[in-house]
Amino acid sequence: MKIAISISGDHINAAFDPRFGRAPTFCLVDSESGAWSIHPNPAISSSGGAGIQAAQHIAKLGVQAVISGAFGPNAAQTLEAAGIKMFIAPTDESLTAAEVMQRFKSGQLSQIDQATHRGYHERSHG
Amino acid sequence: MIIAIASGKGGTGKTAIATSLALAAKRPLRFLDCDVEAPNAALFLKPKLEHRKPVGIPIPVIDEELCSYCGRCAAVCEFHAIAIMGNKSLIFPELCHGCGSCTLICPEHAIRERIDTIGVLEGGSALPEIQFAQGILNIGEPMAVPVIRELKKWSFPSPTGQINPIEQTSPASSNGLEIRDAPPGASCPVVETLRGADFAILVTEPTPFGYHDLRQVVEICRDLNIPAGVIINRDGIGEKTVEEFCASEGLPILMRIPLQRNLAQALAQGETIYTADVRFRAPFEQLLTKIRGIGHV
Amino acid sequence: MKQLVILSGKGGTGKTSLTAALAHLAAQDGWKGRIVLADADVDAANLELVLKPFLIESQNFIGGKVAIIQTESCSVCGTCAFVCRFDAVLSPTESTDQATEYHIDPLACEGCASCVYQCPTHSISLQEQVAGKFHYSESLYGPLYHAHLFPGQENSGKLVTLVKQRARLDAFDNQRDLIIVDGPPGIGCPVISAISGADLALIVTEPSVSGIHDLQRILQTLQHFGVPPLVVINKADLVPQATVEIQNFCKEKEIEVIGTIPFDLAIPRALVASEIVTAVQPEAPASLAIRQVWRHLSSRYLGAL
Repeated sequence: MKIAISISGDHINAAFDPRFGRAPTFCLVDSESGAWSIHPNPAISSSGGAGIQAAQHIAKLGVQAVISGAFGPNAAQTLEAAGIKMFIAPTDESLTAAEVMQRFKSGQLSQIDQATHRGYHERSHG
Repeated sequence: MIIAIASGKGGTGKTAIATSLALAAKRPLRFLDCDVEAPNAALFLKPKLEHRKPVGIPIPVIDEELCSYCGRCAAVCEFHAIAIMGNKSLIFPELCHGCGSCTLICPEHAIRERIDTIGVLEGGSALPEIQFAQGILNIGEPMAVPVIRELKKWSFPSPTGQINPIEQTSPASSNGLEIRDAPPGASCPVVETLRGADFAILVTEPTPFGYHDLRQVVEICRDLNIPAGVIINRDGIGEKTVEEFCASEGLPILMRIPLQRNLAQALAQGETIYTADVRFRAPFEQLLTKIRGIGHV
Repeated sequence: MKQLVILSGKGGTGKTSLTAALAHLAAQDGWKGRIVLADADVDAANLELVLKPFLIESQNFIGGKVAIIQTESCSVCGTCAFVCRFDAVLSPTESTDQATEYHIDPLACEGCASCVYQCPTHSISLQEQVAGKFHYSESLYGPLYHAHLFPGQENSGKLVTLVKQRARLDAFDNQRDLIIVDGPPGIGCPVISAISGADLALIVTEPSVSGIHDLQRILQTLQHFGVPPLVVINKADLVPQATVEIQNFCKEKEIEVIGTIPFDLAIPRALVASEIVTAVQPEAPASLAIRQVWRHLSSRYLGAL
């Protein structure tokens, strides 16, 4: 299974970033082989709809699950439509992507089926 | 002639001055409260608001029968308000700016639009021959500009009760006067209010805040090529920086209003400067003549 | 870590003067080092004028994008003007400088790219705009995150979000307990950005017909976004019956009025001198009242930090 983890860095030992839409990069890990790759998040400087944009990007990468610290309603809706499972890791930036992956494998992370927060209006005009 | 009253800093007395000018000027005239986030002019002019019109923005609706899920609409949307995931289409109305780019790009013509209401326009008459209209942004809606844009197109009913098209009632095409009360700040809602105005009255106070925020709004007037003059409110409390700035920029000082406890009290209770203190009657009555003498208007 | 946002609905009720005074009192009261300040009024950024901070870092803020027409390949067909819903495309006849081509009014352009995709000769592109500056400074009372939106620009909400994000990161990194956000007037885009993520809102109102009207609008907005409000009435003795009206209204809505500040020329005097009223005139009636507000606020609402 291919899994995306929101991180800030360019290595599997880089820090976990709990913000899904605004995380600088995603670390893609193959849960069987352990192979990983890094993909920049195109939504990081987006003026609005970052969660949607990040979710669309993740879907294109062909992942089956994503791990982050929080998912807004728009991101959750988009990921759900793409059939991507959402998992929550503790909002602790001292964790690395590798450690998050360890916790996932040992079943310590909980899966969610809806947004973790109500999100913010982001229509960016004004 | 269209005169906009703006300030940069909030609470400098825009509405007090706009409403006083409306009472002092020759009628008939139009008054538009463009501060759609916090519209207050009606509290002073007490119009009878008889007409209402919702304002909305067009939001795409995808016809699933026609949609081929090609994803062009999502790809062209600069605001990420559409996502196509496999054979599912998602629309996020709170992100949509209503530009219609998706509707035009769709190769299957599968997108039509519905209107999502973001605010309301209200209009009616205040005193004889003051045609009043205001925009009110709905709570929780971020975009003020579409409401202001529609407010500027508000057409007032003629005395016979018929609604005149804007071209006929617009003061731009006649000798009539339109007064626009602008929102505070110096971003897009202020620009939308000033756009199309013939003259801007900039209200400030002689403090570092007033000076800083005045400079912002003067720059907008420059960009839009609108001549402007300054009214100094709470005159006498402070420093000379505002006056020096006006002198160096060639901005005429149109009026000075001193800080007076009794004037502040009268305004707080819904009076205008014009009605509260007889000493301001003549200055407000002469204000338009002064402005006509300054601007190329 | 908590986020307190100072708001008002109506402008000019004293948000910035109060924010600066609270920062000063907090620092005096053993909170030094525990506070981050953020100025979310990016089109009238005034907090720095009284805090007089030392500027550490500035960077450009990329706001929205605007369309640009390449006149060499433009066939002057007018499709762009036809599809633009924001009246941002000026035709040769509307143009003030006698241009013979269509061109874009950057202040009206929404950056939607509709014209970019519809142009038959592919002569239009979007360009990113530097819409302002973002700053990080050190003040006597704590780090200050602030910004300047260039006059007439859009995307003030996005710039507010950036200011708050940086303030929050600072609070996380340095274990600071409280972010005080000086909010903008109104209830629209930048206010919504200023509210988002706040734990508590302090609304500064005044006893006037406008003050009461706008108080109701901002209270509804806070309720919409689920942020609990407190109210402070400035210039409370100016129209005592209106102050009573606000107090009754708040009581009915079960909103606490945490203090009243009298109409006191000490405040405009401090303002004119670019000083904080509680620092230069600590014994003035307004300063004593603000001290009382801080005491209530810190003991009852921030005490558990």
